[in-house]
This record gives sequence, C-alpha cells and structure tokens, in this order.
Amino acid sequence: MSQPVLSVEQLYITLPPGADRPYAVDNVSFDLLAGEILCIVGESGSGKSMSAHAMMGLLPEGVEPSGGTIRYAGLDLLKLTDPQLRKLRGQRIGMIFQEPMAALNPLMRVEDQIAEVFEAHGLLTASERRARAVKLLEEVGIPDPPKAAKAFPFQMSGGQRQRVVIAMALALQPEILIADEPTTALDVTTQAQILKLIRDIQKKRGMAVMFITHDFGVVAEIADRVAVMQSGRIVEAGTAQAILTAPQHDYTRKLLAAIPSLATSAARATATTAPLLQVDGLFKTFRTSQGMIRKTERVVHAIDDVSLTLHEGETLGVVGESGSGKSTLGRCLVRLIEPDAGTVRLAGTDMSHLKGEALRAARKTIQMIFQDPYASLNPRASVGRIISEGPIAHGVPKREALAKAAELLTLVGLDASAIRRYPHEFSGGQRQRIGIARALALEPRVIIADEAVSALDVSIQAQVLDLLADLKRRLNLSLVFITHDLRVAATICDRIAVMQKGKLVEIGDTHEIFTRPKMAYTRLLLDAIPGREMEQAAVVKAS
Amino acid sequence: MLRFILARLGKAAGILLAIVALNFLLIHAAPGDPAAVMAGESGATDEKFIAQLRAQFGLDRSLPEQLAIYMKGVATLDLGYSYRQQMPVADLIFQRLPATLLLTMSAFVISLLLGTLAGVLASARVGTVADSIISTLALIFYATPLFWVALMAVILFSVTLDWLPGFGYETVGAGYTGLRRALDIAAHLVLPATTLGLFFMAVYMRMTRASMLEVSRLDFVKTARAKGLAPRTILWRHTFRNAMLPVVTLAGLQAGQLVGGAVLTETVFAWPGIGRLMFEALQQRDYNLLLGIFFVSAAMVLLFNLITDIAYRVVDPRIRAS
Amino acid sequence: MRDFWNRFSQHKGAVLGLVFLTIVVTIAFVTPALFPVSPWKMVQRPFLPPFTIDRFPLGTDALGRDVLAGLAYGAQVSLLIGLISTAAALLIGIPIGLVAGYFGGRTDDVMMRFTEFFQTVPSFALAIVLVAIFQPSIKSIIAAIGIVSWPPVARLVRGEVLSLRSREYVEAAILSGQTHFTIITRQILPNTLSPIIVLASLMVATAILLESSLSFMGLGDPNLMSWGYMIGAARTVIRQAWWLSFFPGIAILLTVLALNLIGEGLNDALNPRLSRRVK
Repeated sequence: MSQPVLSVEQLYITLPPGADRPYAVDNVSFDLLAGEILCIVGESGSGKSMSAHAMMGLLPEGVEPSGGTIRYAGLDLLKLTDPQLRKLRGQRIGMIFQEPMAALNPLMRVEDQIAEVFEAHGLLTASERRARAVKLLEEVGIPDPPKAAKAFPFQMSGGQRQRVVIAMALALQPEILIADEPTTALDVTTQAQILKLIRDIQKKRGMAVMFITHDFGVVAEIADRVAVMQSGRIVEAGTAQAILTAPQHDYTRKLLAAIPSLATSAARATATTAPLLQVDGLFKTFRTSQGMIRKTERVVHAIDDVSLTLHEGETLGVVGESGSGKSTLGRCLVRLIEPDAGTVRLAGTDMSHLKGEALRAARKTIQMIFQDPYASLNPRASVGRIISEGPIAHGVPKREALAKAAELLTLVGLDASAIRRYPHEFSGGQRQRIGIARALALEPRVIIADEAVSALDVSIQAQVLDLLADLKRRLNLSLVFITHDLRVAATICDRIAVMQKGKLVEIGDTHEIFTRPKMAYTRLLLDAIPGREMEQAAVVKAS
Repeated sequence: MLRFILARLGKAAGILLAIVALNFLLIHAAPGDPAAVMAGESGATDEKFIAQLRAQFGLDRSLPEQLAIYMKGVATLDLGYSYRQQMPVADLIFQRLPATLLLTMSAFVISLLLGTLAGVLASARVGTVADSIISTLALIFYATPLFWVALMAVILFSVTLDWLPGFGYETVGAGYTGLRRALDIAAHLVLPATTLGLFFMAVYMRMTRASMLEVSRLDFVKTARAKGLAPRTILWRHTFRNAMLPVVTLAGLQAGQLVGGAVLTETVFAWPGIGRLMFEALQQRDYNLLLGIFFVSAAMVLLFNLITDIAYRVVDPRIRAS
Repeated sequence: MRDFWNRFSQHKGAVLGLVFLTIVVTIAFVTPALFPVSPWKMVQRPFLPPFTIDRFPLGTDALGRDVLAGLAYGAQVSLLIGLISTAAALLIGIPIGLVAGYFGGRTDDVMMRFTEFFQTVPSFALAIVLVAIFQPSIKSIIAAIGIVSWPPVARLVRGEVLSLRSREYVEAAILSGQTHFTIITRQILPNTLSPIIVLASLMVATAILLESSLSFMGLGDPNLMSWGYMIGAARTVIRQAWWLSFFPGIAILLTVLALNLIGEGLNDALNPRLSRRVK
C-alpha cells in the first residue's frame, strides 16, 4: 500500500458554546492516498466537511481544532500560520465547494479568476496566466474556451460554472483535491458529467481526492474508499465495495436501506380506475422583457402542449430536471399560476376557467404539499390554526375544524398536542408531516406533491415516503408526485411522465419506463442516475 | 447605455413636470389670493405689481389654462420675478447655484471617501476597540442635528481656535486671484463641507461595514482564500468591490437629503448658495423664489440620481447585460 | 415575551437608550407640574450664564427666559410631533406598500411611480415649502413631516410583501380558499411587523430632527417652545451666549441617539440570526 499523501490523526474540532454538541468532529482519523478517491458520507450536521475545512485553515469563526494532527509533507497543518497555509492553498491542495454560483466573484471575468491562482503564488506573467486559463477551460470541457474566458459567471450555466471552479482548483496541479458536495446543487445529467470529469482528471494526474457527499449513489459511482460519519464520528470505513455491499455498522445499514431502490415491479396495478384529472393541451409561456427603450424579449416555454390523465387512486410521477416545467405544471394545475391555454378537468368540472367565488369553492378539491419545510408553514401561526384555516375558510365551524386537525395530526404520526405549538418547535420531517395534514384537511380529491421530500435528509425522506404510501392506501389518494429524483419516483409512483424543456417526452407505467424506456432523453436521464450500474449489478447477482 | 440615459432623462423630465404641477397646486392651495402669494409679502402691497402678475399668469382664466401658462413659463426658464430682490428668480438662482454645487459635491466626496474607508477599517477589525470607536462615532454623527453641529463647529474652530473661517465664501475685500483665491475659497469650504458631510459619513460607514461583513461570509470569498490569495488582495478585489454595490445605490438615494442639508449648512455658514437663498426667501415670504428654488433643487437631485445609476451600471456587469 | 426582552437587553446601548427615553417621556409628562411658569415668560435678567443661580441651572436667554424650562417644554413638543407625524407616515405608507406588493401588476406600477416621485423630491425642501405656504402651525408641521416621510415605509412594506407573496405558506393559504383580505391581514401583515417596528423607531428620530430643523429655520409653531427654535433664536448671540445653542442641541442629540439605539435593539430582538448548522 502506498504512503498516505495526507493523514488526519485523532482530530477534534470544537464548536462554540450553545451548539447542539461540543465537537463538530470527534476523534476522527483517516488517510488520503495518491491516485485514489475517498468519499466522506454523512447526513447534514454530521461534520463531514469540517475536517476538510480544517485542512485548509478555512474553519468558520468560533469553530476550532482542539486536538490531533493533520500530517502533510512532513508538516502538521494545524500548527501552521496563515501565511504558511496560504502557500499550500491552491498550489498543493485545491478545494471546490457546493454552490458554483456563489463560489465565483460575480464582478470578475472567468479568466481573471483563474489567472488569480497563478498570481497568488507569484507565477507567470499576466498574458501567460490568461493563456493558461484558456487551456484549463479546455481541459475541463467548457465549449469555446476563448469566449468563455471573457465571460462573467452569471452568463454561464450551473454545470459550466462548476467546471470553472474545478479549473481554478486544478490550475497549479495540486497533489490533493478536496470536493465539498460539488454536485449536490446540479441537475442529475450535469452531475453525471461532472463526476466523470473529476474521475478522468484524477486518473490522469494521479491526485488524491477527498469527495464529501450525502448521496450514496455518488459514492457508488466514484468512490474507491468510503468513510461514513455520524454526529462527528466515523462509524465505519473501508473500501467502497465492502461498505456498499456488506455494511457492518447499524447506521450505515440504516442509511443504505433508506435509499429508495430503483427496482420496480411489473405487478403494480396499472390504470384500471376512472380518469379523475384530465389535462389537455396545456401551455404556459413566460416573457421577460428587458431593456428600457427597445424591449428585447426572453421567451421561456415553461409548458409546451402538455396533456396527461390522472386516474382515481393512482400516483402519477412527473419527473424532469430544472427548467423542465414540472413545477410550473404543478402550479398551473392548482391555478397558482394561470395557464395561457388548455384545460384542466377535475371529475368533469373545468377548473381552468373558473373565477372568483366559484374558483374559491372549487379549490378544496385539489391541494398541494410544498417543498421547503421551513417556508411552507406560517411562523406566526399555531399548527392547529395552520391546519384548520382551510376548512374554516370553507364554512366549517372552528371547533369542528380543530378537532379534525387533531385527528389528522395523529394520522400523520404526530401527537395531537401539536395543535397548540408553533412550527419552529418541529424538525424538517415533522413540518412536512404538518404540511401533509394541512393538505388532507380539506379532503381533496387530488393532491399535488411538489418535490415534497427533496429538502429532507435521506433517512427522514424514507419515513415521509412510507407515510405517504400508507396514507395512499388508507384514503385511496390520487397523487401527482413532482420530483427530480428518479429513485423516489420509482418507489412511490404507479405511472411516470417525463418532462424536458416544457414538453412531455414520455409517459407510461413505472416499470416500463425504467426497464424499457422509449425516448432518448428518458434513457439519458436513467443512465445519469448515480450508482445505477452498481445496483443493477447487485440485482443481477441476486437473481 | 445611451438608450438607458435617454430613458432616464425622459423619466426625469416627467418628474420635473409633476413638480411644476405641484408648485402650481401649492400656489393655489395656499391661503389667500394666488396673485398675492406669488407677489410675496413685500410685493403684495404694490397694486401695480399684482395687476401685472394677474395679467401675466392669466389669473382670471380657467385653471387648466393657468397651468398651461405656468408650465410654458417654466419650460422657458421663466421662474417668476422676485419683488423683494428686484430680479427674475431664474437669474437669482443661477447666480448662486455654483456655490451650492461646490458645497454639495465636496461634502459628497468627503463623506463617501472617509465613510467607506472607515467602514472598511471597522469591518476588517470587527470586534476590536477600533471598531467600537468608529461605530460609536458613526452613531453619534448620525444622531447629531446638522444645524447644531454647524454652529458648534463655528464656535470651536472659528471663534475660539481661529483655525478656519466660519462665514462666507471667501475673504471679502482681499482681492485674491488665481491659486491664492482658490486656496482661500477652499479654506472657507472646509467647515461647511465637513459638517454637511458628517451625517452621510456615518451613513456610508455603517452601510459599508455591514456590507463588507455580509460579503465576507459569501462562498466566493472562501474560494479566494482557498486559492491562496493574500488577505489584502481578497479584501479589496473581492470583498470591497462587491460590498460597494449597495453603497452606491444608497449614495443615489441620499441625494435628496444632501440638497436639503445644504439649506441648513449654507444658512449657518452664510455660504452664498441657493440654500441660503431659500432661507432668505422664507424670511421675506417670497413664495415665487421659494418655489423656484424647490424646482431647481429637485432637478439637481434627478441629475445626481442619474449619475449614480450610470456609475452602478458601469460597476456591475449583471445590470449592464440586461 | 421574555425571549424578546432577553435579546433586546443584550444590546447595552439599546437599554441605555430606553432608559434615557423613559426619562425624557417622564419629563414631558410632569413638565406642567415641574415648571408651572410658561417658558415664554421673563424670569431673570437676560444672558444669565449657566450654573450661576441654583434656580436656573442652565441660565437664561436673550429675553431672560429660563433655558431649563424651555428644554422641558421642548421635550413635549418634540415627542408629540415625532410620534404623531410618524404615525401619519405609517398610515399612508403601510396600505400603499401592502396593496402595491400584494396585487402587483398595474396597481404596483402606479403606486411605485407615485412613491418614487415623493422620494426623488428633496424631502427637507418640500417640508419647508409645505410649511411655509400653509403657514407654520403644529398641524402643518405634522402633515408636512408625514407627507415627506412615508415613501421609505411604502418601499419597505412593498418589498416585504413581495417576498412573502411567493412564500409557500401564502400559496397554501391561497389554495385553501382564504379571501385576499384574510391572507393580507392574517398571513402577510403579521410577518412584516418586525421590520416596520424597527423602521418606525428610526422614523421618530428622523421626525424629531426634521421638526427641529424646521423650527431652527423659523418655521416652527410660533406658540410652541421647541428645541430647534431655541437654537435658531440663539444664533445671533452665539459669541456671548454659547450655552443657549449648546444645551438644546445636546437634548436633540441624546434623544435622537436614544431612539436610534432602541431601533438597533429592536432589530436584534425581532430578527434573531438563524443559528449556524454544522455541515
């Protein structure tokens, strides 16, 4: 086994007083080896990116290393002064972060930001730096590098910006690359491309890569070795193969089990019930006019001639990447956004042309569960009020509405006493349950779930999905489930509609879509799912 | 860019028009006969003058016609006649305008430079004694009434210490020319410009400090550190440039206050600008002059807003692109 | 409530400010009892320096009037005008901001043009013009300050409403069939109160500064002894009697400072930073 390039030995990092635990990182040890990718996996709050920040001396205020060493090139990084660390940053150790838009200075051109890395270490002349910047952009796969070099970050897409960030990190050919959740904010197809890029570059240059993530699918795609973290401690470590196929620790097993599987069965009931929601020829175009005198228009076809049907008791998934129009579709169905053309029929009634009082009365037949648990509940209203407001607005007497609210809370797995409490007293997963209770309060015929589990940690996500599956069965709910995560769709949806740039690309039974996709884009989407190959291999092995 | 400027000028013209209409309304809403209002306290006793005004402004005709006549007058820069000063209002104002421009521009530059520098310093040394001192001073300057600090400055620096002149534009009767004259005027400018700028210094300092602290928490600053850049480079090239954007916007919004503050400053320091003229107009109940000054000061503010908007577009490429 | 007080009291300056303001308010209330003689009455020889006679610790002015009594009566005027004109500005600005932000579109455009106009016009100059033309009185002063001060309120409220309008819980309220009025009053307005309260405290400070500036220029209500008036009246005799300008100015400075500090304290108390989560 080769010598480790960097060794973390018994690292302790303390948090400021008042935090939920004393140590961000608690007696953590691991090695980075050349030519290898180590994945640090954990949920939010596990402390997984803290040791990385400690290596670079970039810990936030109040957070400090209090024990252990980080050994690199014969030095203890924790004992170095800032000027000494500065020499290493960018030159020997490169780091990339999660949000590509936030990682680039909005006021500087791309070439200047890359050139800065050379400038910081006193290398090359100004024109040489710019030439190298263009070369680097080419290496990371940006189209038309000379033009891109002169661009500003806001003129690029998320994926392109992340490539620029990678170019900056690699500019001085560091030995070590630290990637802190670099693909979490990207679309699944873009993520696949960036993961491939990182793998290729790492192989070519033989770097040691430390990849921090919460997504086990990503781990399956690129990791050589894995360390699993929980509450600041490493609970299990080993080769990727070992961890993914034969996890030893309870927590690891729990995390792996919580990942929605891509296995679909043909046995799921296909549409034999009556059609409930019929969408015909829906259109929505957004026009933003810019400029003061000569108005140049930017036209976005958010929904471009979409027709689909939801049957009674069925769960229809709408999947797509950002910009596919799936969220706009959801909002058009409930008339939060007004469609430009087309009809939406619910149990025969045309919802799309109702107005005023008729619209208000009809609203109780179709409800929505929202994405962000921290923004979907009024912080100044009690949970009881939040759930009962709808029925009260439709004429139900307050006492009755509150009693119903208490029932609903128990139904979603919370204590009825929550009625008097306020949203900030609950966790993300619990807030989503309250949101579900609110949607159920009006006894709607159709519920639209708009990325309802996307903002939750994987283990909480599994619980909420179980709850939804349970409620589905009990109450015979008809759901439109909007998501970007195909794994989630595979778990809970009976049929799936795939959207791209406003158009409905393909629609069919879940099993059919996953095993025999007809359209090229659907295939592209499925291939991009991280960890799919490994899972399929495991399935093949098992059968 | 040209399109943008033209559009803004158009908008400014619209606002000026509205102000003219407002002036017109005020004249007619004031208690008493509009002609007497326009004649001012001194002119109101001169029957011939009032009759002249009536004819000139068609005060016996219908209201919309009067408005049209009034607007036409303003468009031709006829802002009325000041009986007390025996001069057309427009002449009076343009005679005194340069002095006010000099004062407000100096105050603006001083306050912006010192304020932002102090803000950067305070944010770089956040939590230390230096920060506390700067922040406390800013708090005090922000709360200090302008006219009072002007008076206190006169007492301290002019009367007691005799370091700087406290009245007027230049030393009367000394007959300086060229550089000597410029320096003399500059000496007279120090106290008024500094006191006028004191409040805004505090505003810019606080805004800059807050903005610097906020920007320094953003990811691209972390990236800059991860690249191995020196702290000073990060401070100026990354943090400062981005932190200044809201300050520039704020500077534009402060224009109106700056012009209003000039009224008080010029009054105390006997600075011969339109602010002082406004004070005189008040004392003499010369409403024509008063409204004329109001109109011109609004025009100044609009011009200033336009300049800061252009500056913002130059500095932020995201706005330029749209 | 206790949480609020805890957070507020962490800001030492704000607590000091509150203490000082309480003193000023108390003085304003007990003034008729403490200073039964009108501040306009001559009580001693003119230009009595401060700290010479016990009964008149701050001396007398050019007409022999008690400076300390003037300060006390001035406190009444400043606070009264400050509070009422701020209330007027809020009454104008909040509805405009609510309607503009909630309904958007053409309504928003019109309201914002209107607001922009008032923001572009130099506010002090407009206040001068208004008070001059309608003759100085406590009513015209309050109206003028209110008219000049409402645009920032409308701007703030509109901004808050715009960001809340697209927040998911407001969307949920729309979906649950609540009326516009219910949504505005029960979902949106309560969540905009915090920034409004902070702004209001700062506006009272600005109103006091405006009022004293107007009085200094001779545009104060001729029947009311105000701090600004005292400073204005003392301008010509500044060389002989510096204290006539000094003490009222300090009074203004401290009151405005106290209000600013209270505003900062309110800001800290009402908008607690979200705690950093360990990643």
